[in-house]
Amino acid sequence: MQIKLKVWRQKGPRDTGRFEEYVVPDANPHMSFLELLDVLNEQLIMEGKDPVEFDHDCREGICGSCGVVVDGVAHGPQQRTACCQLHMRHYKDGDSIVVEPWRASAFPIIRDLVVDRSAFDRIIGAGGYVSVSTGAAPDANAIPIPKVVVDEAFDYAACIGCGACVAACPNASASLFTAAKISHLALLPQGQAERAQRVVNMVDQMEAEGFGDCSNHAECEAVCPKGISIKGIATMRREYIKATLSQ
Amino acid sequence: MAALPDSKVPAGRLQEKWDSYKNSIKLVNPANKRKHDIIVVGTGLAGGAAAASLAELGYRVKSFCIQDSPRRAHSIAAQGGINAAKNYPNDGDTVWRLFYDTIKGGDYRSREANVHRLAQISNSIIDQCVAQGVPFAREYGGMLDNRSFGGAQVSRTFYARGQTGQQLLLGAYQAMSRQIAAGNIEMFARREMLDLVNIDGRARGIITRNLVTGELERHIADAVLLCTGGYGNVYYLSTNAKNSNVTAAWRCHRRGAHFANPCYTQIHPTCIPVSGEYQSKLTLMSESLRNDGRVWVPKKPGDPRAPETIPEDERDYYLERRYPSFGNLVPRDVASRNAKYVCDEGRGVGETRLAVYLDFTDAIKRLGEQAIRERYGNLFEMYQRITGENPYKVPMRIYPAVHYTMGGLWVDYGLQSSVPGLFVLGEANFSDHGANRLGASALMQGLADGYFVIPYTLGDYIASSRLEAASTKHDAFDEAENAARTRIERLLSIQGGKTVTEFHRELGHIMWDHVGMSRTREGLTTAIGKISTLRDEFWQNVRVPGDNAMHNKNLEFAGRVADFLELGEVMALDALTREESAGGHFREEFQSAEGEAKRNDAEFSHVAAWEYSGDPSKPVLHREELDFENVKLTTRSYK
Ligand SMILES: Cc1cc2nc3c(=O)[nH]c(=O)nc-3n(C[C@H](O)[C@H](O)[C@H](O)COP(=O)(O)OP(=O)(O)OC[C@H]3O[C@@H](n4cnc5c(N)ncnc54)[C@H](O)[C@@H]3O)c2cc1C
Ligand code: FES
Repeated sequence: MQIKLKVWRQKGPRDTGRFEEYVVPDANPHMSFLELLDVLNEQLIMEGKDPVEFDHDCREGICGSCGVVVDGVAHGPQQRTACCQLHMRHYKDGDSIVVEPWRASAFPIIRDLVVDRSAFDRIIGAGGYVSVSTGAAPDANAIPIPKVVVDEAFDYAACIGCGACVAACPNASASLFTAAKISHLALLPQGQAERAQRVVNMVDQMEAEGFGDCSNHAECEAVCPKGISIKGIATMRREYIKATLSQ
Repeated sequence: MAALPDSKVPAGRLQEKWDSYKNSIKLVNPANKRKHDIIVVGTGLAGGAAAASLAELGYRVKSFCIQDSPRRAHSIAAQGGINAAKNYPNDGDTVWRLFYDTIKGGDYRSREANVHRLAQISNSIIDQCVAQGVPFAREYGGMLDNRSFGGAQVSRTFYARGQTGQQLLLGAYQAMSRQIAAGNIEMFARREMLDLVNIDGRARGIITRNLVTGELERHIADAVLLCTGGYGNVYYLSTNAKNSNVTAAWRCHRRGAHFANPCYTQIHPTCIPVSGEYQSKLTLMSESLRNDGRVWVPKKPGDPRAPETIPEDERDYYLERRYPSFGNLVPRDVASRNAKYVCDEGRGVGETRLAVYLDFTDAIKRLGEQAIRERYGNLFEMYQRITGENPYKVPMRIYPAVHYTMGGLWVDYGLQSSVPGLFVLGEANFSDHGANRLGASALMQGLADGYFVIPYTLGDYIASSRLEAASTKHDAFDEAENAARTRIERLLSIQGGKTVTEFHRELGHIMWDHVGMSRTREGLTTAIGKISTLRDEFWQNVRVPGDNAMHNKNLEFAGRVADFLELGEVMALDALTREESAGGHFREEFQSAEGEAKRNDAEFSHVAAWEYSGDPSKPVLHREELDFENVKLTTRSYK
């Protein structure tokens, strides 16, 4: 099938960038969206043009490397699906697709569809861990944790850090990402000792990185490839208030 | 030609070796640790765990990874679980049993002492991960749950849904993040190591390329830890992440690190089959599916009928037929090879005829769709997302795919390579899995190396070596940086007629056809010729777009494919030289009358370590004899 692509091209952070149009004449319905970009790139290379740069690695929806806005939706039209797992069978011959990078001032564009998401690493560095040095751990079964609790913690821990939540949010807020880590660790007994400090430091870091505020649009939850619930954001707010009141 | 260094296995009883090693090593005093810079390349389970642990001890660590964040290393994709000898289920597990299963599973081609240490350390890993907040699966009473995995009769696998690797890696990443924020680790993401720098015969630094700007950078340290993962992508299609590569290891090989057992590769039986030429990677389906799915193909070659219309007596449940006692649960290598045989006979299914059915109809009849959904729901969903077919209604189609590489840089008991000061951890080394790795043991090994082995062995090296002061102005840095620059310029200047991907795919076809599941003298000889021809063509005819001073994925891949084109030939040579069948290495000339793998313990009970000679086609072979003092070598049988 034939697919028309309108792709954002930008040489670097200071370049203004523009859309370019391309045609892939023989896309296959079984291929993934990133494989479509591969085929386009092979075409461009043979035409002597620069291929479209995009981040990718696992291509199974778990590493969080990939992430582009497809027709206005972060990761594209399929729910709970990172764009590396989006397949072309959801399109038909002759379709046009618009492809853009994540857009947020806290995620500067590096080239084409590649953005700098290092702000996420700094948010985790501000407190998204348990301070337990290697060797200091008690026996793994020393503290029982009810199954329902650990299952809920897992739901938050499943975040892949792709940044779709930021890209989808009208305020470019990183609340869902930050809340996921805070909620994961707040639920577990291991996370208790640093619970108050963690939420304060992580939320402050999120603000320092230039992410916007959350105003409950819930667009983040809708595009999250792992279906992380915005209930986490309520938890984060509650934890923050509790922590600041007790300080 | 340099001799193979001693393996430095401590003397004494197997059970006491690790303790006596720890008792005898030199320690670095806490104040002095701050004076030592350590380079850790890679942030997967091995590198992440090592960087965090060393920084906690007080070393100044510099960490490097290709991805934009250390959290994205390939380890993130591991699904099934991690082994440990906790014996929480009280089903008879011990450190000895975990050791024994791993040695036997590896078809007696690994070092007893290393494997035993791994089993001993396994329990501390689980403790550490739980303390970090890893949400392992639990029972209703709140205690940790275990499942069973291939090659073991006990339940010793800890898991976090189908995302164990993700959760373990995030634990290590978070521990690293704490040290990065504290200033003890300097993190260099989006960097690729392009060369190793040796000064006075010791590893003292690396050359990296900044993948955003193209700049070549020099980094100096007192030791270099290579934690750069496996080389399965030499086959082009594999379950490895796209950025997984051999470049870091290969560059070290060219600087004196011997490459051990390169031909040992693991081919996983249950992957989603290739659907077309554009295919860029393969997706694994957990082998737990074989607990309830039945594997079959039609009896008639080329049978065009839909699976549900093929009557029972015209189906061949070939695993159940050939291996009545293990049936669909035979080990990975046996299941993979048999799938290949039936497809070679023309009985494969699907459009490409390179697939077999994994059928859940009987299990659904027996247990109900709901029970199957509870067990495998997420896997069925993943299958449907990729193939567009509903496996509750139509049998899955599966085919083997390259998954893991047991071979890697040779290391001694302390994980030190044949270059002093260069340590190799995780999948990048050859150490613990022999000729075949058991499920759930790679995560265990990566974390054991990083959390609990290297903090001791590195300390011993630092405390017992007198390292001269050196700087990045040293000639050795000039030479290495110039070599890296010349190579990049050469790659960009060829501007030939074929893309990097085309060359990679071609190499993959050669490797898969001749150095894959089943190997012959003739096929391997053909492969050697074809690979070296392809390598020559690559350097004449590759087309790399763009320039160096930019984010340029194709340029990155070009360098990696160039190294795969050298490695591939050595893999074929290693496979040709190993005239026996062992684990993942199956030579058709060496099989029993029933078609099972036949080892040759008298002649091949050794590690084959290849030394770079200056000519990639002519490496020099060194052998490390394997002594088995504690286990008796037996023949695996799954009949
Ligand atoms: C789909 C899949 C499922 C698996 N499931 C399981 C399982 O259930 N249980 C199990 O035990 N094992 C499993 N394995 C195997 C296991 O995941 C790997 O063997 C293990 O994670 C490897 O870890 P590592 O730390 O050695 O390397 P990796 O995780 O591969 O990390 C390599 C690191 O090195 C960096 N790097 C590489 N080259 C360079 C370079 N040139 N310069 C700079 N940095 C570089 C990368 O950026 C990365 O950070 C699975 C493997 C696959 C493919
Ligand atoms: S490439 Fe890893 S999530 Fe898409």
